[in-house]
Amino acid sequence: MPGSLILSTLLFAAAAFFLGRAAARPFGTGARSRPVYHGALLALWVALPGLAVTVAWALAQPALLDRLLLAGLPAGSVDAIGTGGRALVLAQIHALAEGRALPHLDAVIVEAGARLSRWREIGRLALFATVAATLLVSFLVARTRITPRLHARAAVERALTVGLVVCASVALLTTVALLVALLRETVEFFRLVPPAEFLFGTNWDPQVAFRSDQIAGTGAFGAASVFAGTLLVAAIAMAVAVPLGLLIAIHLVEYARPGTRAWAKPALEILAGVPTVAYFFAALLAVAPAIQHAGRALGLVVSPNSALAVGLVTGIMILPLVSSLADDALRAVPQDLRQASLAVGATRAETVLHVLLPAAMPGILGGVLLALSRAVGETMIVLMAAGLVATISLDPLGTTTTVTVQIATLLAVDAPFDDPRTLAAYALGLTLFVVTFGLNLLALRLVRRASRTDAS
Amino acid sequence: MARPSLLLAASTAEPSPPTKISAQGISAWYGPIRALENVCLEIPSNRVTALIGPSGCGKTTFLRCLNRLNDTIPGARVTGTIRLDGVDIMGQYIDVAELRTRVGMVFQKPNPFPKSVFENVAYGPRIHGLAHSRAELSVIVESALRHAGLWDEVKDRLASPGTALSGGQQQRLCIARAIATQPEVLLMDEPAAALDPIATSLIEALIDDLRESYTIVVVTHSMQQAARISQHTAFLDHGRLVEVGETTEIFSTPREKQTEDYITGKIG
Ligand SMILES: Nc1ncnc2c1ncn2[C@@H]1O[C@H](COP(=O)(O)OP(=O)(O)O)[C@@H](O)[C@H]1O
Ligand SMILES: [Mg+2]
Repeated sequence: MPGSLILSTLLFAAAAFFLGRAAARPFGTGARSRPVYHGALLALWVALPGLAVTVAWALAQPALLDRLLLAGLPAGSVDAIGTGGRALVLAQIHALAEGRALPHLDAVIVEAGARLSRWREIGRLALFATVAATLLVSFLVARTRITPRLHARAAVERALTVGLVVCASVALLTTVALLVALLRETVEFFRLVPPAEFLFGTNWDPQVAFRSDQIAGTGAFGAASVFAGTLLVAAIAMAVAVPLGLLIAIHLVEYARPGTRAWAKPALEILAGVPTVAYFFAALLAVAPAIQHAGRALGLVVSPNSALAVGLVTGIMILPLVSSLADDALRAVPQDLRQASLAVGATRAETVLHVLLPAAMPGILGGVLLALSRAVGETMIVLMAAGLVATISLDPLGTTTTVTVQIATLLAVDAPFDDPRTLAAYALGLTLFVVTFGLNLLALRLVRRASRTDAS
Repeated sequence: MARPSLLLAASTAEPSPPTKISAQGISAWYGPIRALENVCLEIPSNRVTALIGPSGCGKTTFLRCLNRLNDTIPGARVTGTIRLDGVDIMGQYIDVAELRTRVGMVFQKPNPFPKSVFENVAYGPRIHGLAHSRAELSVIVESALRHAGLWDEVKDRLASPGTALSGGQQQRLCIARAIATQPEVLLMDEPAAALDPIATSLIEALIDDLRESYTIVVVTHSMQQAARISQHTAFLDHGRLVEVGETTEIFSTPREKQTEDYITGKIG
């Protein structure tokens, strides 16, 4: 129903566009704007009030009707059922109104169901009438303002700007809402476990805390070891991705023939689009066993879910991020500087090392930081291929755990929402958010500074 | 017209200099586009040779043949023979990096590295290991900056970025960078094109000074500049060498009608 109403509103607005444009045609060169803009503005003036009425109505009507329904029930008939009774009664009434037959119901409720379906019918008609009236009135009012003196072009531009800002704020608001949600649960968590213990404690064993009388005393939520595991995996990943990515970028920019580059760069970027599940299979089925076998041959004990295997695969996953951004940064170094270096008798390698890399450094660092933030926030590979036991150890051959693994594990437990284990997941999530957000911010600043120096 | 006659007196007083670079039958292409066609030019030692001609006639291309910088442009191809002190430099097995230490270059647009003034000049000597200590390097840098006439202006700000200097200073910094490796030949591609008149006259005076120690090939689109600073002039048009000779002769009694039209401003 609101769907067809919105569609009719848009059709009406389209008609308004053609009428407005036709009305502005005779103005000729005396008008301040071209006829299209008059048409577009008229369409906007018609469509926006119509849509606003529809949306507001759709949001307000259900709450209003519910309130009326409850008020119409005899006093005491709801509270008698106990807590949650109100929601239950309303659900029953709604089911009845939608035509479902429910047995054993109070007569008052059956009656309320009939009332609701009647009210809804009235609401539908009223909405339709209101929207039709709004459309008509706004069209008539707006039509009188279509004159040669109207700044239709500027007004349309303003409307577009506002529309774009609204779209952009959706993304921004999501981030803010996310942060607020994380913060709320984290504050709740810190009431049970002191922040210092969470950040610096080394004993991580969320299962122990299940016995609620021991929560604060056990120190089972010391996340330092979890952070250490994350750092280890991220460090291994960076050790793979940074040198390899840089060398690839240097090769593509300075040594590869243009033809090679044309397919090699997109091919690399495909790596970034491979679903992380695929990397996880690689880690679990190929890399980890290979490392284990190699370790055995060398007489080393290697855990089946070693940090090394996880880190290596994560490194390959973030490789395109490093190589692609480094490639862009190197390419942006002015040709002048290359020539200047070559002209004093430097070789290509010397030019890369002494001129191009320093000049491209901000952009390269930006890419590295973005990759690091991706490695730290990566869930899938580490989730499946890393272990669960938190120990502070920098042994790449041992098992390890990471922040993302612990979040997923904690939330997978079917615990109530105020359970410290669930809350701990939020605290870990917030930590992760802060770290990756900080890294991204730094990276963006570096990349932006790099592109500014290119422009000068 | 006092200058040309002075120059005439000066150049007739000097004995005819030996040839430093001899280019024979040089043709150049950028992909399918032909930029040079069978250019033959002898460049005398310790003289300033000016390359003049209308925009797009191949002056820069010819200059870049002399230090093999066209090698770095994808799709560029050069044929012919070029001898430096009688030795062919066009061969596949020539060490171009070594060649470029002997043939330095200054570009049309000042292009200092985004490094300090000192590091800009020290770049070449460092790469070629010309200095064995920091003190030796400082001596080389100071001498190059003095030769480029920049020392007094930058001696107190050697550590500040080279890109922070004025346009004219940047160009002299680039000259210092080019001569810090002690080349024998200095190629200059419209070195004053991006500069104001005062900076231009500084560069011109500098070129005249440098002639004592270097063989200089300078591209210019300014006839007056060619007359002021060069002893030899070559006129190129549409990738062909039209006329070459003593600057005074080219400007007073050109043999070709085309040259005369160009220097009197009828074409170009
Ligand atoms: N990198 C290049 N790629 C393709 N064509 C070029 C390139 N450089 C120069 N050319 C062409 O070669 C011709 C000669 O150029 P150039 O030597 O720069 O002329 P000049 O320095 O005398 O103005 C011109 O037609 C120019 O368009
Ligand atoms: Mg040129």
